[in-house]
Amino acid sequence: MLLMLTTFGISVAAGVLGSLLGLGGGIIVVPALTLLPFLGIDIRYAIGASIISVIATSSGAAAGYVRQRMTNLRVALFLVLATTSGAITGAYLAGIIPTSWLNIVFGGMLAYSALMMFRKRHAVEGVNVPADDWADKLHLHDSYYDHALGRQVVYRVTRCRMGLVLMYVAGVVSGLLGIGSGALKVPAMDLAMRLPMKVSTSTSNFMIGITAAASAGVYFARGQINPFIAAPVAVGVLLGATLGSHLLARLHSHNIRALFVAVLLWISLQMLWKGVHPGHG
Amino acid sequence: MAEPSGNPAPLEHQFPEPVDPRVRQVEIIISYLLRFGGIISLAVVVLGICLSFYHHQDYFSSKDAYRHLISYGAPFPHTIRESLKGALQWRGRCIAVLGLLLLAATPVLCVAVSIFAFVHQRDRKFVIITSIVLLLLLISFMLGKGGG
Repeated sequence: MLLMLTTFGISVAAGVLGSLLGLGGGIIVVPALTLLPFLGIDIRYAIGASIISVIATSSGAAAGYVRQRMTNLRVALFLVLATTSGAITGAYLAGIIPTSWLNIVFGGMLAYSALMMFRKRHAVEGVNVPADDWADKLHLHDSYYDHALGRQVVYRVTRCRMGLVLMYVAGVVSGLLGIGSGALKVPAMDLAMRLPMKVSTSTSNFMIGITAAASAGVYFARGQINPFIAAPVAVGVLLGATLGSHLLARLHSHNIRALFVAVLLWISLQMLWKGVHPGHG
Repeated sequence: MAEPSGNPAPLEHQFPEPVDPRVRQVEIIISYLLRFGGIISLAVVVLGICLSFYHHQDYFSSKDAYRHLISYGAPFPHTIRESLKGALQWRGRCIAVLGLLLLAATPVLCVAVSIFAFVHQRDRKFVIITSIVLLLLLISFMLGKGGG
C-alpha cells in the first residue's frame, strides 16, 4: 500500500512537470521507480509505466490546452505525420544501429539545443519571423491568450519543412532509444518553427500522447504494462497534469524556458552517460 | 522581463483571421474527448484496483503479497481477449488493464474524430494529413503485434 502511495506521489510530480514542459514524465518515472531502493521495480515494468505516463500526461494536460487554444492543433496534427513515420522507421532500425553512439550523438544534440534555447531567453517572441508558404497554405498561424502577460499573443509559424525533418528525426530517436519524445520536439518548434515557448510545450504535449498511444500496443503485448504499477502512475500523472495545465497559462514564458533548459541538460547528461557506459542502464 | 516592444509586425500580421466557429468546435470536441476519455479510463482503473484489493485483502497487511504483484513475471493479462474475459468475472486486475487500454485509445480516437471534423470543414489538406496519421498509427499498432 505504501509502495503504491509512493508511486502515486512521484507520478503527480511527474505529471505537473511533464504538462508544463511538454515532456512525457518518463524522465522522472523511470529513474524513480527503478532507482529508489524500496521500490526497486523491474526496468521493463518501469518503461511500460512510463509509456502510460506519457499518454496520461497528454490526456490530462491537452484537454485544458486545446480548450485554452494554447495547443496549436493544426501544427500538432501536421507534425505528428512526421513523428509517427519516424517512430515506425525507428522500430525497424532498432537492433541494426548500435544505441551507444546514438546516445552520444543525441545527448550532444540536446545539449546544443539547450544552449541555443538558453541564448534565446531574452529574445522577443514572434518578431521577424520569416515567411513560409506551407504555413500560409495550411493556415498554421494562430494566437493564444497569455494570462501572465494579460493579453492575446499573435504568432506566425515558419520553416515547416525543417520542422517536419526534425520531427521525423525525433520520431526515429524515440522509436530507437525510447526517450526524447518531447525533449526533441519542443526545441524543434521553439528554435526552427519559432512558436512561442508555451505553444511549443503544449503542442508537444498533444503530440506525445498520439505517438505513445501507437507504441502502447507493443508494450502491452510484451507484457510490460503491469496494472499494479501502471495504475497508480496513470492516476497520479493524470491529476498532476491537470493541475499543471492550469499553471502554464499563469507562468511567464521565460520561467518555462529556464526550467525546460535545465531539464533538457539533465536528459542530455543522462544520454551521454548511457552512451559512454553502455549496459549501465 | 523583455516585453514585445520591437519592430511592429505589418498590420495584417497583428491580427490573425478571426477564429472560425467551426474550428473552435473541433477544439471543443477534442478537449471534451480528452477530458472524458481521461475521466472514464481513470474511473475504470480505480475500480479495478479497488476490486482487486477487496478480493485480496492480504495486499493491505502483507508487504510480500503486494511485492509479488509488482515483481517481474507477476500474473496479469497480456491480451485484450484475456482482459475482457477476466473483467466479465469481475477480476480487478483485468478491469484495471482495460482502463489503461481505454486511456491509450483516447489520443487515437482524437485523430479519428478530427478527420470527420476536417471533412465537415471541407479542409481537404487536413483531411488527407489526419487520414495518413491515423493510417500510420494503425500500421505501427499492427507492427507492434507482429513484433511483440
